[in-house]
Amino acid sequence: MGPGRDHISLADIGQALRQIRSACCRIQRPIRIMEVCGTHTVAIYRHGIRQMLPKEVQLISGPGCPVCVTEDAYIDLALELASKTDVLIATYGDMVRVPGRGGSLERCQPAGKVQVVLSADDVLALARSNPDRIVVFLAVGFETTAPATAVILQEAIESDIQNLCILCGHKLVVPAMKALIDGRNTLIDGFLCPGHVSVIIGSNAFRQIVDVYQRPCVVAGFEPLQIMAGLAEICTMLAEGRAGLGSVYRAAVTPDGNIHAQQLMARYLQVVPARWRGLGLIPQSGLAIRAEFGRFDAVQRFGLAWPDHRESPGCRCGEVLSGLIWPDQCPLFGDPCTPQSPIGPCMVSSEGSCAALYKYGRHVR
Amino acid sequence: MCLAIPARIISLEGDRAVVDALGNRWRARTTLLPDAKVGDIVLVHAGFAICEVDPQEAAQTWELFGRMFQSEPATGDLGHQG
Ligand code: SF4
Repeated sequence: MGPGRDHISLADIGQALRQIRSACCRIQRPIRIMEVCGTHTVAIYRHGIRQMLPKEVQLISGPGCPVCVTEDAYIDLALELASKTDVLIATYGDMVRVPGRGGSLERCQPAGKVQVVLSADDVLALARSNPDRIVVFLAVGFETTAPATAVILQEAIESDIQNLCILCGHKLVVPAMKALIDGRNTLIDGFLCPGHVSVIIGSNAFRQIVDVYQRPCVVAGFEPLQIMAGLAEICTMLAEGRAGLGSVYRAAVTPDGNIHAQQLMARYLQVVPARWRGLGLIPQSGLAIRAEFGRFDAVQRFGLAWPDHRESPGCRCGEVLSGLIWPDQCPLFGDPCTPQSPIGPCMVSSEGSCAALYKYGRHVR
Repeated sequence: MCLAIPARIISLEGDRAVVDALGNRWRARTTLLPDAKVGDIVLVHAGFAICEVDPQEAAQTWELFGRMFQSEPATGDLGHQG
């Protein structure tokens, strides 16, 4: 698709559907496409995209909800930090409900210990207005939120803000996609790649998935017509027997991404192995604060040790996140695991695979 | 969590902007977009502008949001993080 194709009209959605149908006719087997990003998952349910597609096209919700893949050891560390008298926890909203071994931040902490922020920028303001407390920021998310963490580190260093530190749990999208193909799951035929992560990392970041693993990757935004156009491009590539790199979101995503943001991340954060809830340890898939800025690392500052790893008993999020089972094939789905009392992380965030299916109806999976 | 919203920069001091989408105004930083200027339409994610978008693209998204929030007023959670 050439530049300018982002402004897809209603006629184009018919065109995309025809393209998908004709690809299905040629392929003659189920096509399994993973939408990596939780925001895509929600948009796909919300706009009824599954119901529009031929039944051969199966959409699998991938590990693209940052809250869902945050391991319980991280939550346990956050709880341990919160229990210290002089600590104020600053966190994005979804995190407060994620269950760790010792419960969730919401359940275990008195009001006033945990402050929900909408922006990493609010964290700096919190630190400034609470000079007698140490503000610990729960920095989670993919490459969309990681640059903001780098910015607050930069500012904390430059303005010598001493009562701020970070529990760094950022994760990187592409290494997880590789791990999914490398691992037991070879069922994924192609990837619908996240639009706003790609704004930062650039569409070329998916080049290795295309070249090394021979899976089509198409970057799309979050509007229904864009999602359809992205799926159509993937299906067409599969029908033609080729793996290509595409983008139907050229209005925002460039091949190289936001270089300035990437440089900031590289200056303050370093790539490390990271543990993903359900998926285990994935090499080079996380970000940690660089050693020279260790005084801003909450784990170092408070001399903490990472708790042992453990999954919630009975929860099959790992298989859900790898596309091996549908959420409602988990015996706990709906009873007792619900968005009101989640057992596993996929039920916590509104973008989690289990929560999205629960909310938008099982009949449409 | 990774949904960004297009908004127009209506004022800018250093890298601190006020942005507007459909009449909603909030503060955002342009630290990641050093060339941003007043009048630009940018995608804002969790309080940070992450890229510039063209006006036509933004208008489409705004229209869609307008319709979504009309038909589904109870689910403001999509993108509540910016
Ligand atoms: S339904 Fe609940 S317990 Fe089962 S996989 Fe999903 S989050 Fe885990």
